[in-house]
Amino acid sequence: MAYNEKVIDHYENPRNVGTFGKEEDGVGTGVVGAPACGDVMKLQIKVNDDGVIEDAKFKTYGCGSAIASSSLVTEWVKGKTVEEALAIKNTEIAEALALPPVKIHCSVLAEDAIKAAVNDYRAKSGVDDAGYDICKSAA
Amino acid sequence: MPMKLPIYLDYSATTPVDPRVAEKMIPFLTEAFGNPASRSHAFGWTAEKAVEDAREEVAKLVNADPKEIVWTSGATESDNLAIKGAAHFYETKGRHLITVKTEHKAVLDTMRELEAQGFEVTYLDPLPNGLLDLEAFRAAIRPDTSLASVMHVNNEIGVVQDIAAIGAICREHRVIFHVDAAQSTGKVEIDLARLPVDLMSFSAHKTYGPKGIGALYVRRQPRVRLKAMMHGGGHERGLRSGTLATHQIVGMGEAFRLAREEMAEESKRIGGLRDKLLAAVKDLEEVYINGDLEQRVPHNLNVSFNYVEGESLMMALKDLAVSSGSACTSASLEPSYVLRALGRSDELAHSSLRFTFGRYTTEADVDFAISLIKEKVERLRDLSPLWEMYKDGIDINSVQWAAAH
Repeated sequence: MAYNEKVIDHYENPRNVGTFGKEEDGVGTGVVGAPACGDVMKLQIKVNDDGVIEDAKFKTYGCGSAIASSSLVTEWVKGKTVEEALAIKNTEIAEALALPPVKIHCSVLAEDAIKAAVNDYRAKSGVDDAGYDICKSAA
Repeated sequence: MPMKLPIYLDYSATTPVDPRVAEKMIPFLTEAFGNPASRSHAFGWTAEKAVEDAREEVAKLVNADPKEIVWTSGATESDNLAIKGAAHFYETKGRHLITVKTEHKAVLDTMRELEAQGFEVTYLDPLPNGLLDLEAFRAAIRPDTSLASVMHVNNEIGVVQDIAAIGAICREHRVIFHVDAAQSTGKVEIDLARLPVDLMSFSAHKTYGPKGIGALYVRRQPRVRLKAMMHGGGHERGLRSGTLATHQIVGMGEAFRLAREEMAEESKRIGGLRDKLLAAVKDLEEVYINGDLEQRVPHNLNVSFNYVEGESLMMALKDLAVSSGSACTSASLEPSYVLRALGRSDELAHSSLRFTFGRYTTEADVDFAISLIKEKVERLRDLSPLWEMYKDGIDINSVQWAAAH
């Protein structure tokens, strides 16, 4: 199995590897997958007051395609609103990386990582599902 | 001299044909091309002599009688012939067979096929070091057990089973004993005059011979009978019909001759290289050696690098040709069944690499591999959320994973 050059590029030059400081505001962390499956992705998004993702970081335990999928996702979510980020489909990720059928599940996991990170962000900041700040609308 | 990349460290998968072997084979393709079964002319006689000389070389390596060597297309066919052939021939004695979960697929799938035909098979668990528990083996034998199959050297972890002791137990209970020795020729001594083994499979391409040729040892004293799998012209005393591939056979003979002459020296040199790599990886944190280190061929090192996934490590080590026990690299999404049978967790099976050294491995190759491995493992651990958790003191076994897919 020869490796696709796009996947190799993300592996050789991963974008946004790392972890936000525990004390930072507006951070949502999503951890998906399981060691037993050979894939664990941790995706973090840093959302500003306007609901725009201004920064993202990732760490992944998994094959080259898994690393590439999560790296790509950190690039794509930056500058998007949380809603726009939720609209990212695994098929788009798979296409961008030219993933073979046996690696499609890596892109699915990356899509799930976005959802998990957003859910965590919302839970922490008390924002309800419609995207409105509960505290603001109550005031 | 610039190194040829990638560096080949996957000798257990296959070996290059030794140039001396290739040279000996070629005349039999274009000049001495006769059919060894052509009894009536010199083309046939020349080919026949070459075949018999090669047969003698194979027999010599394992201290057997040339009459006990049957040519096949490889160890897979030998395994099939031995197991199916004996199981069917001795069916009236019993329909129970015994093997080990760490056997090669050629044995396991053959056993499964026999199960589908109504045989019963016991698949024994090895000990965590990969070796077979002799008492567990003895306990598994029943009055209706006709055959047991245990490989000599394991292809993934390189452990060497005590086939002398296992064979002795089989003799006690009149069980036919088959041994897959595909990975052992040229690496460890095999003396069939002393070993209580009835059937033994050999492969050429694991011992610097060509692919597509192997042999099966079939004991004559006491006599072991088999039901043939390939029918036709009655070649190989009716055990395996099909025109003999003279050039292939000559190749295997020469490869086994070289193995006999060079094995001792070579194994020592290779062991030194393997031990160098072993010492270097043991230096790293959270590294696990898979399989017993003592009862092991000097050519094999199988290591799990915790918190780093195997395929990503192989991609990182693109200048090395190695194998992984990771699921991502097998066609299914399941990790190595051998490592799982040792009791290794899925994570450690996913994080494993197999390095196997051979005739053409140099010290420069090993030094290069060492520096590359250290660099890339560190890099992938920086990328790994599991390594981060481990460093933060989080017990990964206690985490509730949302396996989202």
